[in-house]
Amino acid sequence: MPDLGQHAVFILAAYGATFVAVAALAFFIVEDDRKQRRLLADLERRGIRRRSAGPSAKPKASTGRQRGS
Amino acid sequence: MVSLANPTRFLSLVDRMVPWLAAVTLILLGIGLYLAFFVAPPDYQQGETVKIMFIHVPAAWLGMFGYVLIAVAALGTLIWRHPLADVAAKTAGPIGATFTFVALVTGSLWGKPMWGTYWVWDARLTSVLVLFLLYLGLLALWQAIEEPGRAGRAAAILALVGAVNVPIIHYSVVWWNTLHQPASVFRVGGPSIDPSLLAPLLVMALAFTLLFILLHLISMRAEILRRRVRALQQTQVERAALVEV
Repeated sequence: MPDLGQHAVFILAAYGATFVAVAALAFFIVEDDRKQRRLLADLERRGIRRRSAGPSAKPKASTGRQRGS
Repeated sequence: MVSLANPTRFLSLVDRMVPWLAAVTLILLGIGLYLAFFVAPPDYQQGETVKIMFIHVPAAWLGMFGYVLIAVAALGTLIWRHPLADVAAKTAGPIGATFTFVALVTGSLWGKPMWGTYWVWDARLTSVLVLFLLYLGLLALWQAIEEPGRAGRAAAILALVGAVNVPIIHYSVVWWNTLHQPASVFRVGGPSIDPSLLAPLLVMALAFTLLFILLHLISMRAEILRRRVRALQQTQVERAALVEV
């Protein structure tokens, strides 16, 4: 680590705060994405899928309405 | 381009783009941090605190970029009523708010050693704080209205009204006497920053921009899936009610 001089605490605090804020944002976004994928996969496993999603269609590619269970 | 307006095709594109975009973003962030900490010299006036510029300036740019994106998407929501426009606007909100928050915090931490104060109510700082409050208002509005279509239209109107703040932020250092320095990169006559400091700044700005786009694409995918889940759950409830009747 290079010598950051007499104001090192301000520089490190700025980078630290940025890392924490961006890492928290990324964590929540990625977790939300995983949660929605899981919920959709659960519904489709139970036979609840949109009309255009045939039996062989991937969960993400479904676009129609419920097909009935 | 028009085919991307189809949510299913959009999801397919996002699935292909995300790994590559994540890799390029991480590499650029690594290069940017290396340049910032090991190559960039101290500024002749500000010393080593100039390193804060490499995160403060990109964060401030992206705070404004996020709001412009929301305002453009708001036009798509209100004029064409396209669901992807609403999804783009809603998901840009938390990301833009975070980058604006980072700009405020890092600016404050830069201001203390340079100006002798963490905060001053000058035009630039105050207008950026207003931008952050606008973001919070939009986030609250999206949370308050359950039906996505209604929430999207209400938020679009607020976003367009608030868009007037973006040029105020940009020109605040020109229109008023402020403690904040004037524009030194995007200015008539070219950048006034020494190339040894400009290079790390531009690399970090590109890395932050790619990070914004990456998080926005993932968040848009999650929002599209959330709406599909919601629609399927509603249909399931309606079918159950019909069976009971």
